[in-house]
Amino acid sequence: MLSTLDRKLLRDLLHARGQLVAVAAVAACAVTAFVALGSTYRSLISSQRLYYAQYRFADVFAQLERAPDPLAARIAAIPGVARVETRVVKDVTLDVPGLAEPATGRLVSIPARERPTLNDLALRRGRYVSSGRTNEVIASEAFADANHLEVGSTIGAVINGRWEKLEIVGVALSPEYVYEVKGGGSIFPDNRRFGVLWASRDMLGPAFGMQGAFNDVSLSLAPDASEPEVIARLDQLLDRYGGLGAYGRDDQISYRFLTDEIAQNRATATIVPAIFLAAAAFLLYTVLSRLITTQRAQLGTLKAFGYTNAAIGWHYLKMALGAVGAGLLLGIAAGAYAGFRLTEAYTLFYRFPVLYYEVGAGLIVLAAAISFASAALGAVAAVRRAVELQPAEAMRPPSPARFQAGLLERLGIDRSVPLVGRMIARDIERRPWRAAFTALGIAMSVAILVVGFYFFDAIHYLMRLQFQVAEREDVSVTFANPRSAGARYNLATLPGVLRVEPFRTVATRLVHEHRSRRVVVLGESSAGTLRPLVDQDFRVHPLPSGGIVLSSHLAHLLGVRAGGAVTMHVLEGARPVRQVPVSALVDEPVGLSAWMNIDALNGLLREGASTSGAFLRVDSRQAPRLYALLKRTPAVSSITVRQATLKSFQDTIAASMAISTTTMVVLACTLAFGMVYNGMRIALSERARELASLRVLGFERGEVRTILLGKEGLLTLAAIPVGWVLGAAICAMVVRAIASDLFRLPLVITSQTLAISAGVVAGASLVTALAVARLLGRFDLVETLKTGE
Amino acid sequence: MFGRAQKKTANDAEADDPRRDRVFHVHQVSKIYRMGEVEVHALRGVDFDLYPGEFVVLLGPSGSGKSTLLNILGALDVPTSGEVIFYDHDLSAADDRERTRYRREHVGFVFQFYNLIPSLTARENVALVAELAENPMPPEEALATVGLSERLDHFPSQMSGGEQQRVAIARAIVKRPEMLLCDEPTGALDYETGKMVLDALARVNRELGAMVVVITHNSAIAAMADRVIRLRSGEIVEVRRNERKASPEEVVW
Repeated sequence: MLSTLDRKLLRDLLHARGQLVAVAAVAACAVTAFVALGSTYRSLISSQRLYYAQYRFADVFAQLERAPDPLAARIAAIPGVARVETRVVKDVTLDVPGLAEPATGRLVSIPARERPTLNDLALRRGRYVSSGRTNEVIASEAFADANHLEVGSTIGAVINGRWEKLEIVGVALSPEYVYEVKGGGSIFPDNRRFGVLWASRDMLGPAFGMQGAFNDVSLSLAPDASEPEVIARLDQLLDRYGGLGAYGRDDQISYRFLTDEIAQNRATATIVPAIFLAAAAFLLYTVLSRLITTQRAQLGTLKAFGYTNAAIGWHYLKMALGAVGAGLLLGIAAGAYAGFRLTEAYTLFYRFPVLYYEVGAGLIVLAAAISFASAALGAVAAVRRAVELQPAEAMRPPSPARFQAGLLERLGIDRSVPLVGRMIARDIERRPWRAAFTALGIAMSVAILVVGFYFFDAIHYLMRLQFQVAEREDVSVTFANPRSAGARYNLATLPGVLRVEPFRTVATRLVHEHRSRRVVVLGESSAGTLRPLVDQDFRVHPLPSGGIVLSSHLAHLLGVRAGGAVTMHVLEGARPVRQVPVSALVDEPVGLSAWMNIDALNGLLREGASTSGAFLRVDSRQAPRLYALLKRTPAVSSITVRQATLKSFQDTIAASMAISTTTMVVLACTLAFGMVYNGMRIALSERARELASLRVLGFERGEVRTILLGKEGLLTLAAIPVGWVLGAAICAMVVRAIASDLFRLPLVITSQTLAISAGVVAGASLVTALAVARLLGRFDLVETLKTGE
Repeated sequence: MFGRAQKKTANDAEADDPRRDRVFHVHQVSKIYRMGEVEVHALRGVDFDLYPGEFVVLLGPSGSGKSTLLNILGALDVPTSGEVIFYDHDLSAADDRERTRYRREHVGFVFQFYNLIPSLTARENVALVAELAENPMPPEEALATVGLSERLDHFPSQMSGGEQQRVAIARAIVKRPEMLLCDEPTGALDYETGKMVLDALARVNRELGAMVVVITHNSAIAAMADRVIRLRSGEIVEVRRNERKASPEEVVW
């Protein structure tokens, strides 16, 4: 049996249903975002942890030229090292059925008779390679899927100068390649043209002349080990064997991308629900404040009859909890669905053997707790004033609204502003906080869109910079080993090749004072046009004939400026150590880059003219013939076709963009709707008498509507630039938070993003406002005028 | 439809018509409200005419139908049956837009609770209505007429009830309307301020020649009127012409 007070509650709920629906919608957004992002975060992090633990992802990685197997025992003896896995790893050119361009395959050895001790494979289909038999490989799932390769398919490969057919016997995932990219400046995945192939050590060792030797080592650490110490000791051991410098998980490209993504997810999972819960609390505060004002007399009566403050306070609090509770239920359902879709979208980029998706009870309890807490926060502030009223005072009508001369008068422009404008301005000034919060809420919805679209702007910018301005070659060819300068003439004779620009890459450790970084120095011709030095403002910098050019980020990490000098420890060949002057800095967003004139670099190495590969400009009509030839050229280990990479990445981005854009637009529109709807309903209620008076005095419906719409319109207009600034500020924070050695997102917010974010929010506000303004038509003029407030 | 030109035609062309000076012809007007299951007969077949420049008091207790009648004259409400003719136009047949234009061009309203716009000063409240009119007087002049020249830039919350009501009267007269419809204009005021408001109404009637209709349940005010129409239970029970109009100072209650 409902108490009488509860029956009143139900009727009040019904009466204020529009506004409570707005509150519920905003609360639902908060919970949706919280549950969706929270569950995605949790499922990603637990999947990552579980995956890494179960498949024994290594802690330290190193590549080297060649070391005998017995060195493994000495590596294992380094204090703090738990397990050691040595491997043969080589990039080769692949001929994939159905793919015109050559692809790059990374051949990674696995023990023939047992599973790898570290970086184990999660076999998805097919079987493990059998011992003894050669030419069996296990393909990475992303690569196999992208190329429609199945167990039993064969692909061609140039292995150590010989053309071989590789048979796919299995498809697998590896914790090393959750995010599968080639590395070396290439940070966008292209699963069609780059893939990992695992083959038995029995096969790869002899094939690459690595019997009893290895060129790649992974370690796991004991629980109390010091990673920097182990890395230093490992570098010492590998130095004689052409070690390219050991590194920990933080520099492992797949780990880094995944971990950054998860961290970003966590930040969003905190910020977005916080914005919406604050908005919900504010809306509840205004709705209940207004309700309590209209029910002052009822309140006084209830108190006069002996209802306690607690009973009355609880009465209104229940209303708040009811609205938020409805939002909570909706939010949990929507959040679980959105989270599932979001997690699914992640599998486009990140590959896990099992992605556990579940919305835990803990998350739901937490969502309920924080949303009820914000409801209580908004309600208590409003209710406190009500319960503090003395009954007699509560039964008297409130004193008339106080207005006074304000900003317009102080500025001396009041006479030039129309009367309706003055009404609006003074109305805003009378309750500046309420207006400010409303505007802030609308601004936040703009900011959400700015931030959301910013990521696509930033990725497009990076792609444009990298693929259209910085990398102008059609094809880049990397030789298996550095070759003499004459190799460029061989390339020039290939069909369709219009221009050849040879380059030399050298693995180095650049040292300045106590700081050092592993960097691949790119030597190219100062007269080259295919790989200009481009900074983040798209300006092309000349490559000086002497000295080294560093990216600003690298120079910052090394603590060196243009005009200074770095020590270059060359990590290949005779491993010379040289002092090199820093001739210039280029502010470039991707990777850690260093450039030198190719002749100066070769002079430094005292190697004469040698090249690691070449950038080619190609006649597109001849491209198929060129590709067919390159696929079988023994000296070539890796080929990148720029246009194909670009296309592949854009397709992947488009798929994930659809989901997040929809989500953001829904969130932003709901917030704008909540703010404007509530603002107008309150105005309609507070000013009903005023607006009805105007109608009686002869104002037409349209004129009264202008007055009602004017304030929200003004607030929306004021909020838009604020939203832009807020959005840009959030972007700047995000950019700073996720800047890494792999890439730094530039703070580029396009005018298109600003226009769309403003347009979407203004549109949502206008539609909401017009819908509310329709209520004016239902005004009963006589009824409104009969009673005082 | 309710333009001023048409009114002139009515006056000139039908100069001999006994109805020639008639502002309102109210004929057999009834109003029935449905309040849930109950029908309330607010007016039951009311007949009367109103003439230019008259000061008319509609007198009656609560529920007599006087407010309903005033709302119908002001085109805030429509009769259930009967007709209300303003010069030669049937108000009872007008649509919402026409009724708005009628109020805008011909009627000045004074409410019991003043209904000023709280965010506008006295001058601005008056100017707001002046801006709607074709030939308004300056807002300052309207406020001077009600004795408020000193308080032009005060907001409603800074004025007493009597002052607020006088601003409301200034607002009503600024567009030089043919009539002022006043709903219990002194109902929320004390004796002294009430008399100041009555004085302002008498001045408007005398000096501007506007027809003034005041509804009240205070029979003392009836002494000020040219004619007193007394209502009870939705019917006119008495129409009385005062031989001598009392000045507001003489009115005592």
